[in-house]
Amino acid sequence: MSNQAYSQDRLEHGNQVIDQSKDFLTVVISGQLFGIPILQVQDVLRKQNVTRVPLAPPEVAGSLNLRGRIVTAINVRSKLGIPKAKKGESSDMSVVVELDTELYSLIIDRVGDVLTLKDENFEPTPVTLDPVWREFASGIYRLDDQLLVILDVPKFLHSVHA
Amino acid sequence: MDELIVEFLTETNESLEELDLDLVNLEQNPNDADLLGKIFRLVHTIKGTCGFLGLPRLEKVAHHGENVLGRFRDGDLEVTPEYVTLIFECIDRIKFIVNELEETGSEPEGDDSEIIAKLDAAYEGKSVDEAEIPAPSDQSATPASDDGDVPEQAVLAGTMTQEELDALEAAFASAPGPDGQVGIQQVNTDPAPEIKTEVKADKPTSTEADAPATKSVSAQSLRVSVDVLENLMTMVSELVLTRNQLMQIQRHTNTADSESDFGAPLQRLNHVVSDLQEGVMKTRMQPIGNAWAKLPRIIRDLAIELDKKIDLEMNGQDTELDRQVLDLIKDPLTHMVRNSGDHGIETPDIRKAAGKPETGTIKLNAYHEGGHINIEIADDGKGLSIDKIKEKAIMNGLATPQELEDMSTNQINQFIFKAGFSTAEKVTSVSGRGVGMDVVRTNIEKIGGSIELHSEEGKGSKFTIKIPLTLAIVSALIVAAGNERFAIPQLAVRELVMTTNDNGIEKIKGTPVFRLRDRLLPLVSLRSILDLPEATQDEMEELDSTNVISEDITTVEGDEKAETKVENKDNLKEEKRHEYIVVTQVGAYDFGIIVDRVYDTEEIVVKPVSTILRDIELFAGNTILGDGSVIMILDPNGIAKATGDATTDMSEAVDTTETVRTAAGEKTSLLLFSAGDSAPKAVPLSLVSRLENIDMSTVEQSGEQSVVQYRDQLMPLSPMNHKVVAEGEKPVLVFAHKGHSMGLIVDEIIDITEAHMKLQLDSSNPNLLGSAIINGKATDIVDVGHMLQSANKDWFKDHGDEPYLDRENSHSQEIKNGNSNSKKRILLVDDSPFFRNMLTPLLNVAGYDVTTLESPNEALRMCEKGEYFDVIISDIEMPDMDGFEFAQRVRDNSNWTETPMVALSSHATPQDIDRGMAVGFSKYVAKFDRDTLLSTLSQTLSEQKHKDA
Repeated sequence: MSNQAYSQDRLEHGNQVIDQSKDFLTVVISGQLFGIPILQVQDVLRKQNVTRVPLAPPEVAGSLNLRGRIVTAINVRSKLGIPKAKKGESSDMSVVVELDTELYSLIIDRVGDVLTLKDENFEPTPVTLDPVWREFASGIYRLDDQLLVILDVPKFLHSVHA
Repeated sequence: MDELIVEFLTETNESLEELDLDLVNLEQNPNDADLLGKIFRLVHTIKGTCGFLGLPRLEKVAHHGENVLGRFRDGDLEVTPEYVTLIFECIDRIKFIVNELEETGSEPEGDDSEIIAKLDAAYEGKSVDEAEIPAPSDQSATPASDDGDVPEQAVLAGTMTQEELDALEAAFASAPGPDGQVGIQQVNTDPAPEIKTEVKADKPTSTEADAPATKSVSAQSLRVSVDVLENLMTMVSELVLTRNQLMQIQRHTNTADSESDFGAPLQRLNHVVSDLQEGVMKTRMQPIGNAWAKLPRIIRDLAIELDKKIDLEMNGQDTELDRQVLDLIKDPLTHMVRNSGDHGIETPDIRKAAGKPETGTIKLNAYHEGGHINIEIADDGKGLSIDKIKEKAIMNGLATPQELEDMSTNQINQFIFKAGFSTAEKVTSVSGRGVGMDVVRTNIEKIGGSIELHSEEGKGSKFTIKIPLTLAIVSALIVAAGNERFAIPQLAVRELVMTTNDNGIEKIKGTPVFRLRDRLLPLVSLRSILDLPEATQDEMEELDSTNVISEDITTVEGDEKAETKVENKDNLKEEKRHEYIVVTQVGAYDFGIIVDRVYDTEEIVVKPVSTILRDIELFAGNTILGDGSVIMILDPNGIAKATGDATTDMSEAVDTTETVRTAAGEKTSLLLFSAGDSAPKAVPLSLVSRLENIDMSTVEQSGEQSVVQYRDQLMPLSPMNHKVVAEGEKPVLVFAHKGHSMGLIVDEIIDITEAHMKLQLDSSNPNLLGSAIINGKATDIVDVGHMLQSANKDWFKDHGDEPYLDRENSHSQEIKNGNSNSKKRILLVDDSPFFRNMLTPLLNVAGYDVTTLESPNEALRMCEKGEYFDVIISDIEMPDMDGFEFAQRVRDNSNWTETPMVALSSHATPQDIDRGMAVGFSKYVAKFDRDTLLSTLSQTLSEQKHKDA
């Protein structure tokens, strides 16, 4: 409702600016809401059978088979330095993204809704944020009742290396 | 880039490659009319096409070249070597221009007047040297360029004075202009589009006209983008896998009497898919001749440059292999052939002096063999110089002189595959830069192939490359370790072996090895190398009950049969758990991988690992099995690398009967017997020469000693102890050493067993070393040294005058002393196994950690390796190097300069002792004198402690 009024307002003022917004898939990790640009998301999966890869870095949970393609599963919690989930806290869902023709599945606790968020609610990452998080966050959105951290997926994946 | 240009480039490059080969042939057969005609046509085509596309520089060069070739073809001009070289130059120039065109999209700036002049001279039948290379200022085109430039200069007029302009003009006039192309090109570009459209209409007709002249093969081929084929290939691979799964399901559900409805259609599907697979594979197959195409030219140039005579023989050019593979081996092959020409083949005079024909030959041979393609590159040159390689290896720090001494020729040759290695004295433009062979090997191994080298100094060298025929679908053996499954490419598996009770995994200093038909095979545990957790009790039980080698070793119809050999040596239901060893070969070395379980062989599609995991060398890829699970594919090369040099050193055929080094805590073979009572006694089996049954009635007395006639000698006999009744037939343990024998009468031989010699209790009985728990029973370990000595005082003597001390009963004293030293490390060097085996338990009891070696050479090697000992005990009389020299060497320049050395010898004249002290022995002890030895050791060690403190 208020949105409509708002855009009306702008139009009335002859403003050339079109209301900019982006769509995000929200995911929950240890109670914190994260957002991934929807265009980067290929799939959302339930808990999968992941084959462990020996000698892989700790944040690599292993590999899984997705319709004939091999997907590398990454444990986001581990990479972000969040301690392991307690029983029942995580349903181990994952979001499948593609980077440089390879598929990766980001294991998170739970998947939330798809939100369309206005650019004006976007803020750059506060400098007081945990350095690890800051490295992989491209910014924060102010939602009504909480903050949404936007995950910089390419940066995140590039930092995982054997 | 313009599509037309792209096509032009592809075509021209192909033609140029052909041209190279033809020209080399032309040199050999200058008057071959067909050849001349073909070459002419090729250059003519190039000229024609460049004209259409507005490539004037190229056209000009080609045009002049064509003129000369035309005269050759018509027989007007004789083909001399000088002219052929000129044509080569001309082709090279064309190549250069085409390359630039490819890279930048337009013709490069430059002057071809020199070569054109030469071509013209040739055209007129003159010698090339007579060519009139025009001076730049004579160029007729210059006025045109001036005209073209003037408008530009006019623009600049506002900022320059007239004199400066004149000066500029003059500069332009005298500078070598680009053949006036500036002006001409401007003219050309506009009408070009019109010409092009005309050309399109013309082209079909001209090609048609050409068609009968050129081979009709070109009309039957089609250009297809590589990506399209790749896609097709992948899809067919998946189809093949799905077909395999279906066939497997069918096999399982089919029993003798019932046949499902799926049967017939599945069979048809099977055949059709097999044919499809073959067909698609063919599209990717190319004859290896394509990779060899450039070689004749390269060799020709090389021969001229280095003033050698080299012949290149090629066999099996038609052998086909996958296009992808072909691309990857092109460069390595070229490199190796160049090497042969540069380093291998000698100059004609050297060859003549060596009795070889002046012309060296490099032979290329390619053929199929069991799923692989083998490529041999052999030359009859001077082979690899062992000495040079040794030198270089030492210089690069890759090996020590000691290590090199022990290596076989083959092993030494392998050094050329190390990075940065080149024994060329100087780096030529051709090779010698030392970045060659390691890259070659890496490239070949990347595609799953292998390269071997065989060289004979003076005779020649031969490289053999083995490459799998196809990269996509691979037969793999599925194994399990640590509850996870892995795939090992079938081609890497040489054998599958199961351990048995009789032949199990043994350990040499902690490294597991296995006896495989008289050779020691070094082993790697897959579990440990992958850092997987040790098996839990449940896992062990499960493995025990279900460890059966699956009978279903499936192979796909039409493919080569798996080369697996399963050796089932024993009944599966034994108590000891069996382990499986996968024997693989990496380069020239074999080693075995210990796995928990072996499943099937399956056809799998190799998928590359994710970039994140690419650095893990142990994995060559991953794949999806029929049941949908993802498993990693192991790379034997990677595994070999991870285990380090230890494996490569050990795997040359080691004679297992010699040099088995024992250290404290290792298992020793023991002979168990009873003497006088039921308590078992043991003696190290290695000391026992023979077991005999002797009738006590034949025993005679010689002085105080009982003797028996044994093998034409009198052998002293003693009962083990006074409880042994010497009546009737009794078993006798015969000990022999340097011609002396001695027999020990016992009551009964119980068994031979292998056990750890952990002495628990020391004994006050001088004949016993102590007691240990062997096979669950408390067993007395016999002190053979003492026994032998008390029986025969001369047992250990070789010369007279040894200091012989009466023993004191300080046995327990010594043990206390020994223990307080907290396991000091002793190195014992003695060539006699008898003494080693006898002294070791003695020293162990005294609480020392003993390492024994047979020869000082090995000891010195250990020294280099950085091994450390607290005391070194060394024999004096040894075949390779005597104790004095050994001490000298140690004292001179090694890590062990400070280590106290004790000489052990049966020689002990005062002169010997002096000499010993002089070369660096701290003490000199008689060989058989146990007590002196032990007290000397503890004395020496405490002296050392005080020195260090």
